[in-house]
Amino acid sequence: MQIKLVRSRAIGLGMLAATALSVSVGQPAFAQQAPIVQPGAPGENSRALTREQSLELGQSSYIEADARFMQHMIVHHGQAVDMGALVEGRSRNEGVRLMAERIALTQESEIAMMRTWLTRRGESTEMQGHHGHHMNHQMDPNVPIMPGMLSPVQMDALAASSGAEFDYLYLTGMILHHQGAIDMVNELLSQPGAGEDPELSEFLSAVVADQSTEILRMQNMLARQG
Amino acid sequence: MTQIKTGISILALAMLATACSPPAANDGSEVASNPPPSREGLAPGLYDAEEVSWNVELVHAERTPEAFAPDNAMWAPAVEMALMQAMQNGEEVERPPSPISFANTDLAFSGDRVIMGNWHGFNVFETQDDSSVEHVLSVVCPGGQGDVSVHGNLVFRSVEDNRGRLDCGSGGVEGESSAERFRGVQIFDISDMNNVRQVAAVQTCRGSHTHTVVPDLNDPSVIYIYNSGTSSVRPSSELEMCSGGEPEQNPDTALYSIDVIRVPLATPEDAAIVNRPRIFADHETGEIAGLWRGGQLEEEAQETSVTNQCHDINVYPEMGLAAGACSGNGILLDISDPANPARISEMSDPNMAYWHAAIFNNDANKILFTDEWGGGLGARCRAEDPETWGANIIADITENGLEGRAIFKIPNTQSAVENCVAHNGSLVPVPGRDIIVQGWYSGGISVIDFTDSNNPFEIAFFDRGPLDSEQLFLGGNWAAYWHNGLVYAPEIVRGLDIFRLLPSEYISENELAAANLIRFDEANTQTQMRFEWPDEPVVALAYVDQLTRSGAMTDAMADTVRSAVNAGSAGDDLLSSLSAAAEGAEGADASRFRALMEWFG
Repeated sequence: MQIKLVRSRAIGLGMLAATALSVSVGQPAFAQQAPIVQPGAPGENSRALTREQSLELGQSSYIEADARFMQHMIVHHGQAVDMGALVEGRSRNEGVRLMAERIALTQESEIAMMRTWLTRRGESTEMQGHHGHHMNHQMDPNVPIMPGMLSPVQMDALAASSGAEFDYLYLTGMILHHQGAIDMVNELLSQPGAGEDPELSEFLSAVVADQSTEILRMQNMLARQG
Repeated sequence: MTQIKTGISILALAMLATACSPPAANDGSEVASNPPPSREGLAPGLYDAEEVSWNVELVHAERTPEAFAPDNAMWAPAVEMALMQAMQNGEEVERPPSPISFANTDLAFSGDRVIMGNWHGFNVFETQDDSSVEHVLSVVCPGGQGDVSVHGNLVFRSVEDNRGRLDCGSGGVEGESSAERFRGVQIFDISDMNNVRQVAAVQTCRGSHTHTVVPDLNDPSVIYIYNSGTSSVRPSSELEMCSGGEPEQNPDTALYSIDVIRVPLATPEDAAIVNRPRIFADHETGEIAGLWRGGQLEEEAQETSVTNQCHDINVYPEMGLAAGACSGNGILLDISDPANPARISEMSDPNMAYWHAAIFNNDANKILFTDEWGGGLGARCRAEDPETWGANIIADITENGLEGRAIFKIPNTQSAVENCVAHNGSLVPVPGRDIIVQGWYSGGISVIDFTDSNNPFEIAFFDRGPLDSEQLFLGGNWAAYWHNGLVYAPEIVRGLDIFRLLPSEYISENELAAANLIRFDEANTQTQMRFEWPDEPVVALAYVDQLTRSGAMTDAMADTVRSAVNAGSAGDDLLSSLSAAAEGAEGADASRFRALMEWFG
């Protein structure tokens, strides 16, 4: 049996709790007494700041390329989820199944995070010129929607395969796919002013770190497959 | 509770649903059995979220200082909703700061000061007698993630953000390459709180995600910093020493290494990178990317994976060892020459997505590694998430190197709006046991006993509801660290939580009192210091409590030992019974009997 114990709040915090609501909508509860200091470059003097100046320094911006990157990456990630959905009933390799499950879960949750990032900034979550199905009719099925993705023909081949052939196509396809994501990050960062939003910067680092780890892991699996 | 031996397939795991339980209390103590409360469905709120705690008490919650807490931050759900509404109506709105711009991160301890890192800079607090803190300084220098360390009046800080500036300004930098950009390790002198100075800014190729202070036990005039950068490599046009790519194409690649920075303490402005060791190289062939390509593709290394960077490196200078959590592997390093770390052993595990942090136990015969599956931004403790992913793995250090044992994760009962995964922690210095306190982001803090590497179990926790019921806002306890009798846990949005552990059937008054004897004047969370308990009676009584709890010591013998402890000496009869009992006991109990004999000795 589990008993639910609910702590109300630490002793002494009653006053703070009472002001909590107003703080969250813009009324400082008390003025900060401690000095607020902005150091200069190495060797330079620091300067004293007001609270407002400090908060102002925390403002960051993003550029159009950042938003476009997120819109594209949502589509790119979506294919990794689609590839993962094909594993069931096609692969008998436990390592491949685990890898695919993890990649699909991860990319699914990153898609949600990217959508939130765009929505909170009033940006569309759709990639320009890509509205789901109705662009397919004018596309060459041998050409992926963007570099670093599988083409419709390659996706069909993956769906039609099974066993070791599926594992091979999945691993080689996903390595290409992950490398595409890292290339997209590097391309974005080569543009002046890109990637400066801290949330985006953190996400870019996570993409590079996670996906390069996974690429090497998948290359290792391929090497074992012979 | 979920702890499962590794190396079993997911399918088998499902059948092993009956998880191990903590050993039953058997010490006849007066502390009543207190079943853990549910962590499910806690009500949301910024400062009024529902809280549950088990065997731990929140004694103080210090709010994030005003200079770091914008009223209109995006994590304020009311502001967020109004803003979204306005944007949907096509109104021009001023965008509030990104929530992560003011996120609290890691801690460092110096004297009575607690230093809390932040994406925006860092804050300094002074501890008070009533277990609260007073905020005494805000230092503003935008650029995350802002992990901090301290040595004397020097504060070290990690910057990886692309917008980081050498002059601590905002607005980012112009162009792909700029001398104004700063990504690396900053060194500040805070001896004059009103004129904090940046004394050095050591630029690195992949920025600084986090770093570790490494004292040189043979030379007190210097310290070393091990830097872990995890971002993409900067162009050589911006920083000449940097170039990327795989080692076959570019043997000088900035991948596959860490940075060793030497800081002369008399002239910290001369701090500089002195080594970028190839700690992942194959020992025989010298191949730089040795951890995954060299000679290890044969059967037994079936899950060997790869690594071109470390996330956290925990050093244990008195043991000459470091534990690296290095993306695809956990590794053990020899750091007896701190400027030249060398790999001793490595391990991998199919459950580990991203090796993130590592902590030795006090005897340095095991390491607890954490897996930061998803990087901390996502909800990874939901019912549908695998209970072996985003967890801790315990590894024993054996003659054959690192060997993985059990996996532990807090129950998967967090919601889809709570970012949650195993994160940073430290040892709780209870003699005779291996205990860690650890932050799990919005999963709260958790205290785990891992004395038996095959059977870790939870003995205390605190959990708070999410920031909002509808949307995931990044929040929760970045870490939890034991320091001088209290647990300090930075909360990404809300501030600094301070806890006290409570006695329970899993931990006695004596054990907590013994832990309180361990005091450090200065502590960096990735620099482990050996616990040596003084010969106080509570230390011996703590062993007695543990031996009666496990059933290795009878109540009658315990009474005799307690009397002898209070008298300060044991007769020959008692010493020989303890000796016999040590012979007959196993594992931790044998060590506890021996420790008791040494206490009397």
